[in-house]
Amino acid sequence: MVKEFEKAGFPIVQMCNLIPVAKTVGSNRIVPTISIPYPLGDPGTPKEEQWKLRMNRTKIALDALATDIKEQTIFKVS
Amino acid sequence: MKKAILYINQFFGQIGGEDKADFAPVIREGKVGPAMEFAKNLQADITYTIICGDNFMGSNTDEAVKTILDGLEGKDFDLFLAGPAFQAGRYGVACGTICKAVKEKFNVPVLTSMNVENPGVEMFKSNMLIMEGANIASHMRKDVAAMVKVANKILSGEQVGPATEEGYFPTGRRKEVWLEDKTTAADRMINMLVAKLNGEPFVTELPIPKPDRVPIAPAIKDLKHAKIALVTTGGIVPVDNPDKIQSASATRWGRYDISHTMRLESGVYKTIHAGFDPAAANDDPNVITPVDALQELLKEGYYGSLHPYFYSTVGTGTTQAEAARMANEIVPYLKEDNVDGIIMVST
Repeated sequence: MVKEFEKAGFPIVQMCNLIPVAKTVGSNRIVPTISIPYPLGDPGTPKEEQWKLRMNRTKIALDALATDIKEQTIFKVS
Repeated sequence: MKKAILYINQFFGQIGGEDKADFAPVIREGKVGPAMEFAKNLQADITYTIICGDNFMGSNTDEAVKTILDGLEGKDFDLFLAGPAFQAGRYGVACGTICKAVKEKFNVPVLTSMNVENPGVEMFKSNMLIMEGANIASHMRKDVAAMVKVANKILSGEQVGPATEEGYFPTGRRKEVWLEDKTTAADRMINMLVAKLNGEPFVTELPIPKPDRVPIAPAIKDLKHAKIALVTTGGIVPVDNPDKIQSASATRWGRYDISHTMRLESGVYKTIHAGFDPAAANDDPNVITPVDALQELLKEGYYGSLHPYFYSTVGTGTTQAEAARMANEIVPYLKEDNVDGIIMVST
C-alpha cells in the first residue's frame, strides 16, 4: 500500500515494528514502533509514558515526511 | 471411462490459417487435430473437439463464449482442455477465456498450456492451471505430454503437486502438505543453513519476490501548512465494523471521520485484526492509530491540518495485489482533499 501511495506522489512514512519487511517491500521513509500489537504505547507502562512515546514517535513521523532523503531511510528514535 | 472435451483454434482445428480466424465456434463430435495426440495417453475419452477462430473469440468474446457454453449444456465431461497455445497471444487468451468460463459454469477442472511470453499467462494463471509450454508448435508432442501427465492426475483424483514440480505457472496459492519423507521444517531449515555455510546450492521454500522500488516522493516543504492523512493496516474500526472488513486476507477498507474526534475511545473503536492479540489496541485504539497525538500536535501547530478521515484495513494474509488495489481506491480521496503527506501505521 505504501508503494502505491508513494507512486501516486504522496510522501509517506511507515510506522512499523517489522523493519526488514518494510525495507523489503520498499518503504522509503520508516519510523520504528515498539511492537506489533501496540506500536505506539506499551500497556505495561503508565498512561503518561505511553502518551510521551506516542507524541515522540508521531513527531518523528511528521518530521520524516518533511525530510529530504536520497535513499530508503530508517529514522532514528530515541 | 471418463470424458474430456478439447478446445482448439481454427488453425489446429484444420479449418485454415489467419484468413479463417473469424471462424465462429463449432462443437465437433470426436477428436480433431491435437486431440489425437492427447488421446494416446489421456485416461479419458475426448468426446468433443471445439474449434473457434482466434479473431472470432477475440472480437466477439461474449457471443463465442455463449455459443460454446450453450453447446456444452447437457454434455457429460470430467475435464476441459484447451490448446496448447504456445506463444500465440490471441490463442492463449482464447484458451484462458474459455477455460475460465467453463470452469465457472460447469465446475469442471480445466487445463491449458502456454509459453511464458503469452499474455494469457499473466491474465489467467491465478484462475487455472496453465502448463508452462514451448514457444512454437513444433513442440506440440512435448507440451501435450506435459498436459496429459497433470490431466491424468486430475482425472484419477490424485494430488497435483506444486507448480515447480508439475510444471505449471504458480497460481499464487499456498497449500500445506505433508512431505513424503516426513522431514520437518526445522530439519529442512537446518539443512539449508548447513548447505549455505558450506557454499552448497539449496532451494528456498519461500522465495521473496524481487523488490520493486518506487521513486522517493519529495519531502513536504512546509510542515506548518501541510495536510496529513492517517492510514493503518492494523484493523482499527468503529466497534460495529460498518464496512465488514475481514479480520484476515482483507479485500475491504473503510474510512472514518475524525474531524471532531480528539482521541479514539475504547468501546467506540476496536481492532478486528486477527494477526495479533487485540487487548492493548481495544483498550486504547490510539496505540495503533495515534489520533490523540495527531490532534494534540495539530493544536500545537506542529503541522498544518489533519485530513478529516482515517483509513483502515487489515494487513494479515492480504495479498500484495489486493493491498495495491485498496491503496489505489483510497488515493482519489486524498488527492481530492489536497493531502500533502501520509502516515501509515502497520502492525
